[in-house]
Amino acid sequence: MKDFLYAHGWLIVTVVKVALLLFIVLTVNAYLTWFERKVVAHMQSRWGPHRVGPHGLLQPAADGLKFLFKEDPTPAGVDRFVYYLAPLLALALALTSIAIIPFGPDPLPWKILGQDVYLGILPPDVNIGILALFAITALGVYGVALAGWSSNSKYPLLGGLRSSAQMISYELALTMSVVGVLLLAGTFNLTEIIHNQQSNYGILGWNIFPQFLGFLCFFIAAVAETNRVPFDLPEAESELVAGFHTEYASFKFAMFFIAEYTSMITVSCLCSILFFGGWLSPFPASWTWTYYLPSVGLLLFGLWVIWDGLHYETIFGKVILPGLGSVMCLVGIALLAFPVLNNFIQAPFWLLSKIFVFLFVYVWMRGTLPRLRYDQLMAFGWKMLLPASIANVVFTSFAILKWGAIR
Amino acid sequence: MTPEIVVFFVLAALAVGGALSLIFQKHPIHSALSLIVVMVSLAGLYLLMGAEFVAAVQIIVYGGAIMVLFVFVIMLLNAGIEEHTNISKMAGFPGLLLAFALTGFIAATIARSTDSVQAAAQHGNMASTRDLSTMIFRNFVYPFELTSFLILVAVLGSIVLAQREKV
Repeated sequence: MKDFLYAHGWLIVTVVKVALLLFIVLTVNAYLTWFERKVVAHMQSRWGPHRVGPHGLLQPAADGLKFLFKEDPTPAGVDRFVYYLAPLLALALALTSIAIIPFGPDPLPWKILGQDVYLGILPPDVNIGILALFAITALGVYGVALAGWSSNSKYPLLGGLRSSAQMISYELALTMSVVGVLLLAGTFNLTEIIHNQQSNYGILGWNIFPQFLGFLCFFIAAVAETNRVPFDLPEAESELVAGFHTEYASFKFAMFFIAEYTSMITVSCLCSILFFGGWLSPFPASWTWTYYLPSVGLLLFGLWVIWDGLHYETIFGKVILPGLGSVMCLVGIALLAFPVLNNFIQAPFWLLSKIFVFLFVYVWMRGTLPRLRYDQLMAFGWKMLLPASIANVVFTSFAILKWGAIR
Repeated sequence: MTPEIVVFFVLAALAVGGALSLIFQKHPIHSALSLIVVMVSLAGLYLLMGAEFVAAVQIIVYGGAIMVLFVFVIMLLNAGIEEHTNISKMAGFPGLLLAFALTGFIAATIARSTDSVQAAAQHGNMASTRDLSTMIFRNFVYPFELTSFLILVAVLGSIVLAQREKV
């Protein structure tokens, strides 16, 4: 038995990693909806969800149950095969793209089944990281377009048409804006792109400084690719009911929802990896006190959660919140106690913090910006974004020719 | 049976099945979907041969850009189920003949070639991005630029054709 496990160690570890990552991503998705509703609510001077569980923390679970148990009618006149295929395609492709993201440079401090376990599904030496991601993104449009077409109804069709046009237009700018980073790094490998941003001055080595224009183009195009505000024309509820997913109910609708949130996470990962140094700390490596930021931060946050929970009105909150808080405190203390763990946690901590910041920016934009008009969208994509990203490529290659690569 | 061979046959079956389904489907969207299956399984075959860059580009360009445009146009024109006229039925017979001839031709060429055709399941940088770009932008730069020029001309032509009448 042991021999068998060791002989197939790589396969078993990978399958377990995939299952774990799926679980984590889906949970994060669920709480992202909670986070979005809370943040947008506070921006509009409301409370947001606060009935289900303390601070509405169980709202995602309630929503999930509701999606599962709702009636799931199939409208008459739909193209059945494509109608069922579309949400599957959208969800599968969105989840696949997460598999390309590396979450840390080092394998776990201990071996499992004789294998080095890296954070992330793919081994770190795969050469086509970013290209594979673009390939998956390129296919992602089919979920939306086919959903719109197969519903056999006018609003979804309009939504599907808009989304295909939008995605074709913005994909060009998206790909062109990354070329600057690729020129600087000289590789498609995401791990190496991050290592290329390493410097003695922490934050100053990141690609955001030489590639600021590239970052702007990339982020705007990526928001458009994920169909989020202000580019959410495919599902503009004031004109198209709900756009491409009008005819979808119950869990098929939830699948589109999860796909959208997952691609938000992927885009946030990409932004942090390509332009913000991925898992590199913003502080110079010689500032060793910054190594205690995650543990101390977690400890303080845990203490705050305990304090907040003791003041909560309901009995449930008085039990759950201090419990959560003490778990956080314990993890923080464990990190302080074991330097091996603390060193290991640095890289994922910084990457996850950056991802969180970008997710917040997404929500922030949704709470702030109005939707673009369709012709404005097209004009902006083709007349502003594409030329700007091409100019960025030209400038970058000129600079590299003239002064050599910066690092 | 190594895993590579199994993967190869699965992908090959998908590609051939997709191609057949492309021809026999009645609705344009279903045909387009079958074509996407063909493109993606071809990309998988390239990946199996170690040509990672070509595989990714195959999906980005063919699976993504071009086929999205196909689907977009089919949706925009709201094309329905294809109609069979007498002429299109008559065209079936010579088409079948030509398809058999082409298959025979290719099979004969492969059978006569002395090189081993076991291209699948090779590891390493068969077409690394660097080699590929050296080839395109150094050895074959003039044909490459000519092709780009041709595409540019086509783009300009389509703009001229699509231009609104000057009032």
